Amino acid sequence: MAKDQSSTIKEIITEFGNDRHRLMDIALKVQSQLGYISEDNMEAIAQTLGIPLVEVRDMVSFYSFLPREKEGKNVIHLCNAVVEKMHGMDLVAKAFEKNLDIPFGSTTEDKKITLKYTPCMGMSDQPPSALINCIPVTKICPEDVPGIIEDIIKGSKYSCEKRASSIPAAQVETNLMKEGEVIFSPMERGAAVRSAAIRTPDEVIDEITSSGLRGRGGAGFPTGMKWGFCRKAKGDDHYIICNADEGEPGTFKDRVILTEAPDLLFEGMTVAGYALGAKEGLLYLRGEYAYLLGYLEQILESRRHLGLLGKNIVAKEGFDFDIRIQLGAGAYICGEESSLIESLEGKRGAPRHRPPFPVTDGYMHQPTSVNNVETLCCAARVLEKGADWFKQLGTKDSTGTKALSVSGDCKHPGVYEIELGIAINDLLEMVGTDHPQAVQIGGPSGNCVAPKDFGRKICFEDIATGGSVIVFGKKRNLLEIVKEFTEFFNDESCGWCTPCRAGTTIILKMLDKILEGRGSMQDLEMLKKVGNTIKTMSRCGLGQSAANPILTTLQNFRNLYEDLCKTDEYIPPFDYEKAISVGVEIAGRDPVEEEE
Amino acid sequence: MAKPKVATTHMTGCFGCHMSLLDIDERIVDLIQLVDFDKSPINDIKKFTGPVDVGIIEGGVSTQENVEVLRMFRKYCKILVAVGECALTGGIPSLRNTVPLKECVEEAYLKGFTVVDGVIPNDPDIPLLLDRVYPCHEVVKIDYFLPGCPPPADAYWAALTALLEGREPELPYELIKYD
Repeated sequence: MAKDQSSTIKEIITEFGNDRHRLMDIALKVQSQLGYISEDNMEAIAQTLGIPLVEVRDMVSFYSFLPREKEGKNVIHLCNAVVEKMHGMDLVAKAFEKNLDIPFGSTTEDKKITLKYTPCMGMSDQPPSALINCIPVTKICPEDVPGIIEDIIKGSKYSCEKRASSIPAAQVETNLMKEGEVIFSPMERGAAVRSAAIRTPDEVIDEITSSGLRGRGGAGFPTGMKWGFCRKAKGDDHYIICNADEGEPGTFKDRVILTEAPDLLFEGMTVAGYALGAKEGLLYLRGEYAYLLGYLEQILESRRHLGLLGKNIVAKEGFDFDIRIQLGAGAYICGEESSLIESLEGKRGAPRHRPPFPVTDGYMHQPTSVNNVETLCCAARVLEKGADWFKQLGTKDSTGTKALSVSGDCKHPGVYEIELGIAINDLLEMVGTDHPQAVQIGGPSGNCVAPKDFGRKICFEDIATGGSVIVFGKKRNLLEIVKEFTEFFNDESCGWCTPCRAGTTIILKMLDKILEGRGSMQDLEMLKKVGNTIKTMSRCGLGQSAANPILTTLQNFRNLYEDLCKTDEYIPPFDYEKAISVGVEIAGRDPVEEEE
Repeated sequence: MAKPKVATTHMTGCFGCHMSLLDIDERIVDLIQLVDFDKSPINDIKKFTGPVDVGIIEGGVSTQENVEVLRMFRKYCKILVAVGECALTGGIPSLRNTVPLKECVEEAYLKGFTVVDGVIPNDPDIPLLLDRVYPCHEVVKIDYFLPGCPPPADAYWAALTALLEGREPELPYELIKYD
């Protein structure tokens, strides 16, 4: 390896305090400075940190934004999520391929540009979109492509360094369509923190408990209870972690919150820090939102100046708390809290065994509360305006509001902050739809809802959601979409447990067979059976929901499947002609058939 | 009344599942009082003499001959039971599925470390290989699956006696727990 590379790596590692737990930051920085993380680079990292090479390789190979092969100087990640495909992504992809004369997954001969696909990058309200280096570009038309390529080659516009100064605002639209009272209404800086500081930590937790606030990531665990468990758990340190790794396809509300209301979020984290007795908070920001990093750092800095972060916050003796932002590197599974913690500790994002739960054994094996961006914003508002105020919004068991990311076949895609308990019909009217055939609530891991159920309500008592709402119009091929969703889970499975690793491949093959018209009614029963096995036997939330696109459509749109299955008889997936062809070629003769 | 008939076959596997069947020990005497064995390596009957009640398949499907035998079993047997890891999933032999067949054969017969004057065997008596090793249920309809590597003798006993008595087999947890 070149000497200068080795010394660059040493410098980077020194910058992160020779701390093995900062391996993610180290790898990201090596990648951004040297272009990729070669085997030699991994060895240098391992040596300098004094850890086995396999630990570095284990971690680096897990993340899609940490390439181990040399890529082009510029990398275009075109988003190939379902909503993007619905809005002409294929034509944009063709335009890139034609203009650069290379297929996706390869690099131009002059090593200037690499073309790659990436799953949902949180821009479904403005498709088709791409990350160019780390800068998002949205609403791309095929005609825009030559200009984009020209700009890339010129260099300045899509330089990664640019992100440090401010948000490249022109590139991403906010599309905040409905501002509610909790998340997107104005707030005086420090109001929630001051309100917390005049209470004891236990009183803060009581206030949150009494507000009825439940986790906004989708699972709906009572926030006050989580904080209470965490506060009571014994440990040298306590941590509050904000999960801003929204990777669920069709979700982008956290992006809008981080853009429009970052102060509210940091208020919430600070309040949580006070309540839990945490000195440090960590914001895990998905790699796709790297362009927001500089902007968020600025906000943190100004909060430090205002005495809202750091030592003796709001002049209260001993109220010490600060926030560090950790960038992710493109792995859906890291939205699962225990994977996220592993990732924060500089490891591959494989889910942990639970129990023990993070509230007793989390980051650095200390008591840790992992909360969604929106949950922390709600918590801040509860402290500012009181639990009683919060409770009068929403329903009995689902208090407050919910930010929904609406995309797909609707007139006004974007973020809507609505009161929990809204009927799907009312939401559809708000966003402007024309008799859609289905609405995907909660993204692929959620529920595909048929028109007969549009009267159902979005809340924890009925249909809970992390916030993704995708509308599918009449003309969409729903089963093709189900296939795309299933492929997504298959790609993103971490591979640890068999039901998820093997199961997602099995159901995908079965679905393919049905879509090719070779399905039988028996396959539908088997599909349901295998799907339920994946759901009940997988180790973490990813696997537990990986079969949902198939299971919920089998339930709500069974006729679509039945139309493709011509018979009740068993049809083998086995294709003899294809299976024997290689053998025939090697032997140079036909098989000898045995007489019966 | 004629005794129910059982047939067994071995495809791509190690014969361990048949050995395990023999592990029912002296109960084999009870078994042959209950049933007649048709085509099976146990009695070396090569061809079906007629319809059979229960067919037991060991091993996955990796050759043209395996396909023929399996299809014949499906034709002659009322109930088909796949037994053991290889029949259920392809098992150890299916490790070759990660390598293209041509490379696999060349490595074994032409390029391997210990090969001298290698040649790819191609006698007409040798069945042609399939591109990969398939589990039985992808080739024909399988009615029951008996897991294990091999399934323990008691699992065979429990499953067979149930099927022959016309009951749904129910295997207690101890018989399908392997660690």
